[in-house]
Amino acid sequence: MSKVPETSSTRAWIKSGDPWIWMIGGGLAISLIMVVGLFLLIAVRGFGHFWPAPLIQTSVSVDGEIRPVLGVQTDVETLPAQRIREAGTEIPDDQALVTRYLFKLGNRDVTGRDFVWFLESQLGERSYPEDAMRVERREWGNFYGFPVALESGERRIEGEALWPALQDAIRRSNELHQRIRRLEKVDIGAINSGIEKIRLERRRMDLQGIDGAERSAREADLEARSEELDRRFADIRVERNQLFEQNERDTLIARTADGTEVRIPLATVVMASKNNALGLPGKIAFYGHRIKDFLTGFPREANTEGGIFPAIFGTVVMVLIMSVLVTPFGVLAAIYLREYARQGTLLKIIRVSVYNLAGVPSIVFGVFGLGFFVYLLGGTIDDLFYPERLPAPTFGTPGLFWASLTLALLTLPVVIVSTEEGLARIPRTIREGSLALGATKWETLWKVVVPLSAPAMMTGLILAVARAAGEVAPLMLVGVVKLAPSLPVDGEFPYVHLERKIMHLGFHIYDVGFQSPNVEAARPLVYATALTLVLLILILNLTAIAIRNRLREKYRAESD
Amino acid sequence: MSTPGSPVLTPASSSLPSAEAMARRRRRRYLADGAARWMVRAGGGGVVVALTLIFVYLFSEVLPMLRGADVEPVAGYSVAPRFDGEVAGMMLERYDELGMRYSRSGTLSYFSLASGEVLQRVELDVPDGTEVTTVAMAEPRARRVAYGLSDGTALVVDHEIRLDFEGEQRRVLPDPQFPLGEDPLVIDPQGRPLVALAVQKAGEDTGIAAQTDDGRLLLVRFRTRTSFLTGETEVSRQAWTLPELEGRLDLLELTANLWTLIGADRSGRLLYFDISDPASAVLRDEARAVEGGEQLTALRMLNGTFSWIIGTSEGRLSQWFLVRDENQDAGDNVFRLTRVRDFEQHPGAITRIQPEYTRKGFAAVDDSGALGLHYGTSARTMFLESISDAPLVSVGISPVDDKLVVESADGRLSVHDVRNNHPEASLKALWGKVWYEGRGGPDYVWQASSGADSFEPKFSLVPLTIGTIKAALFAMLFATPLAIAGAIYTAYFMAPRLRGYVKPTIEVMEALPTVILGFLAGLWLAPFIENHIPAVFTVLIGLPAAFLGMAWAFSRLPRAIRLRIPPGWEAVILIPVIALVVWGLVQLSPLIEIWFFDGSMRQWFTDIGITYDQRNALVVGIAMGFAVIPTIFSIAEDAVFTVPRHLTQGSLALGATPWQTVTRVVLLTASPGIFSAVMIGFGRAVGETMIVLMATGNSPVVNFNIFEGMRTLSANIAVELPETAVGSTHYRILFLAGLVLFALTFLVNTIAELVRQRLRARYSSL
Repeated sequence: MSKVPETSSTRAWIKSGDPWIWMIGGGLAISLIMVVGLFLLIAVRGFGHFWPAPLIQTSVSVDGEIRPVLGVQTDVETLPAQRIREAGTEIPDDQALVTRYLFKLGNRDVTGRDFVWFLESQLGERSYPEDAMRVERREWGNFYGFPVALESGERRIEGEALWPALQDAIRRSNELHQRIRRLEKVDIGAINSGIEKIRLERRRMDLQGIDGAERSAREADLEARSEELDRRFADIRVERNQLFEQNERDTLIARTADGTEVRIPLATVVMASKNNALGLPGKIAFYGHRIKDFLTGFPREANTEGGIFPAIFGTVVMVLIMSVLVTPFGVLAAIYLREYARQGTLLKIIRVSVYNLAGVPSIVFGVFGLGFFVYLLGGTIDDLFYPERLPAPTFGTPGLFWASLTLALLTLPVVIVSTEEGLARIPRTIREGSLALGATKWETLWKVVVPLSAPAMMTGLILAVARAAGEVAPLMLVGVVKLAPSLPVDGEFPYVHLERKIMHLGFHIYDVGFQSPNVEAARPLVYATALTLVLLILILNLTAIAIRNRLREKYRAESD
Repeated sequence: MSTPGSPVLTPASSSLPSAEAMARRRRRRYLADGAARWMVRAGGGGVVVALTLIFVYLFSEVLPMLRGADVEPVAGYSVAPRFDGEVAGMMLERYDELGMRYSRSGTLSYFSLASGEVLQRVELDVPDGTEVTTVAMAEPRARRVAYGLSDGTALVVDHEIRLDFEGEQRRVLPDPQFPLGEDPLVIDPQGRPLVALAVQKAGEDTGIAAQTDDGRLLLVRFRTRTSFLTGETEVSRQAWTLPELEGRLDLLELTANLWTLIGADRSGRLLYFDISDPASAVLRDEARAVEGGEQLTALRMLNGTFSWIIGTSEGRLSQWFLVRDENQDAGDNVFRLTRVRDFEQHPGAITRIQPEYTRKGFAAVDDSGALGLHYGTSARTMFLESISDAPLVSVGISPVDDKLVVESADGRLSVHDVRNNHPEASLKALWGKVWYEGRGGPDYVWQASSGADSFEPKFSLVPLTIGTIKAALFAMLFATPLAIAGAIYTAYFMAPRLRGYVKPTIEVMEALPTVILGFLAGLWLAPFIENHIPAVFTVLIGLPAAFLGMAWAFSRLPRAIRLRIPPGWEAVILIPVIALVVWGLVQLSPLIEIWFFDGSMRQWFTDIGITYDQRNALVVGIAMGFAVIPTIFSIAEDAVFTVPRHLTQGSLALGATPWQTVTRVVLLTASPGIFSAVMIGFGRAVGETMIVLMATGNSPVVNFNIFEGMRTLSANIAVELPETAVGSTHYRILFLAGLVLFALTFLVNTIAELVRQRLRARYSSL
């Protein structure tokens, strides 16, 4: 609607109001750039993390001494020289601007510092040696260097055969690693929980005051079970030690950029790649492999490396339980408010209050959840049902169930609002038709109105899920931890462990980004985690929007 | 209508159910209908009740803080014949089973609180021919008492207990200890009687200060060393004579670090000796603690020995401590005696003050029979009532603050249950300026916990509230203009096809988890801004200038080109312009720093006295502004878009330009909607937790400097609530913070919602 000015004088132009239209248009453009830029920033950094970065070999002169380095460039910035001087680095006086590069040098076990800023003037010629390799390890972060030999038992492999042999050996050691892990997590975990069960049964008998013959009979049984567990544990330990021994067979001998030879036990190696020698298919394979590792792997090195599977799993399980809790209550409340309650001032107040709860800060729900659910309800449940475990709390401590319940409360208004909207949109004629045919109110609701408004409920639920998946603040109080020892769902009875603490994507971002000892190393991982979360929430929201739009179209047609 | 040949249809073989079955079925249907009605009512009503429960529960957790203390007598017995001698002091132990009573004559009696039965009597080794002249007590948790004798010596005893487990049964047994040996210790080598005495335990050392009857002040420091080989304890002694003093002191107190000696006499003269270097100790300051003919009757250090309470013959109680002299001439580390606060006046002369073990509270008794429970930091008097007809002479407090023993002059000893859980909180302590121990003046401070027992918790909600408002304010400053400008443009000027894409794009932002914004703000934006501070200012000026320039340039374009671009695409044209300008200004930023700020704007800020934190309010403002833009945008856009068309068309038809129509008609009509959008955005900014948690340093400062951080109510809850003890004052104060947030946002949202509803009604009537 911007009007073309009739006169070309500047005053008339200002009077026409056109500049102001451009100004507010600019405001919108800034918002748009920020929105899109944010997504792009996360996407580029998140996806970029997995792409095989070129390994740069160059030389650095520090205090007149020149030494070779090999690493990956992760950042570059241009600053006034003064700021670098403040930080204590010598820079010639005539230089005003300084460009510096952040290199990831890896080899934390050898050098101690894996991220170093180098000034442009310090760096020599860059080259990309084909032979340079990146080794991802379970300890000490990445290794950058050149392969020298593979010691496999008595054999020593060098030259052409080295690289294929190394890949085979890594595959083998990863398999062994998997088996050891399974033994430790699943089998030994089961034994531990068996031992704990025996202890609790004894405690229960103490508390219930079971004495005499019954006690000794049960004791004998417990004793037998305990022996059985001990025997199984001994077997597993033997098996585990064998696996460990097998896994220690291979060692990679590698050379760092400055020529130091390093022995890397293959038991600690996740993958090895020659990034510079990879062709496009190789790079894509590498990329896929790392994304798979990221999504399905477990975290390592204080969460700064490895995958985020437990966080994804925890988020999903929590959100599922929350959905199970919030849907019936939200729908029930909405039906009550719209269909059964007497419409009047009181209901108006209730409705406004319920809607407003959506705007109450989430941390308040966390406070309520911690005080009421965890300490009050949980404490009572422990006293009544788990006296043998006290003083160690079972439900009287933050955990999965309380997290889900708190989020259910938090998202209740979302579901109620959305369902009410859906109910309100059902044309009166449909309802009256059903009632006129002799259906009771409940039958009308259950067989006509609810099915018709089901998509609205669905929308509400999806929005609730999207909100819950991204919420972190209340979860910090009611059940999310930085590293959960076990998943909330596993093969042990009762399969879903509502009292366990969980990991969560959002909290993982906070924890790794802000509480980790090596923020620089963790940063790419945080971007990747953020990307995962954003994609999850974006998909959920777009689905909700799509459903809602289809719904609107449908009723527009039907009510006309 | 039966045809011949075919069997007649009887009702029984009809496919319709019988009347009876129909009736049954109808009953069942009505039953289901009724049941459903009740189910829905119960379920729906239950949900509504559950939501109200949030408010009720938060309130119920806060309420106990407002209550005063309860004191209930539970047992009482006569002093004679159980105990002998006048009482010198009474103590309790943490299991509340035993009491300890010291007498002036030199006996320590352990007795059962419940029955009054004496379990052990310890006669101190007061040599024949001498007598006890004065008694002093260390701070309660040291459990140490010293007796000054008439021959210039002193006896030191610890009223320890030990636990004995007999099966599951726990028994608390007396276990008196003599840390410096059972024999009297020489304080005055000249052998004059000690008339005033102070004792304090400092690590392995025991400090004793005393005045002799000829007026000399002495300081002795005993150190015990236990030999590893023999297990024998060796006591070494160091003694100093303090500066000469005119007149006699009646009361002496030492601080636990043995750096300060406080003395007082009955007339109210208060003296402060700096004894941090005992060899060159000096009298630093002198003050008068009472007025007129009033007398000073009691002086005791509070827990931590940073401050002390003075009681007078008129029943007045005041708290004093040393405050650094801010006067430039005074030199460094010169402290002055300062009267910091007064407590509610007792009806009689204060006879005894007993500090609590781990808090800054104390009990005081007077000669009218009244007992008072007071608290230092909050200046609250939790309890002040007469509990006896006779004057009270001594009082002892349990280390867990839930029991009290009182002895009265008529020879009765009574035990009381005390419920005094939250004396630290008061309206003034939470919202007013409080003068905390060791500070130069009253101040707003939030510092809830520390490792030390002697720490004074500082629970001022003001820094947190200011922090919350500061964060929300900067966020709104950033978000409101952008969101409202964007909303008006989108709703009124933008090409409809474009609007279909733009609106959902911005709205989907609302669902973006704030933890992601917080992480980007903390790890990406904060360092970026720190490296490009000049760009912040140049962009602020440069972008509007660029918009105007672009607009002008566009209006100068030949008509043919201008008409080719449809109206409502200005924002799209501006996108590359903005990108280019911002990129250019960021590139220019280091040069600006070199040209105008000596190469470092951050350093320049520091030089002119502005603190610059990397994670500051500017970063929070941008990140949180980002989070509230979609909220404001969405609601404001709705409000502008739904302004009835005939109003704007009328305005345009009368010859107004589009811009005039917007400012005079559209904005006026939609202003309540825009107002409610801003309110809801503000509500969201106030309660946002993750962004402030991650993008600020979380230091509770009280200022509005855009380059410093802050700590908000919500971030504070997230940081501290998981760590506090359930039911403690700190815990309840955090609940109060939650309640304040709840009430504030609920109020703001309700107002916004009501405004919106009225607006909707108005539109439909237009």
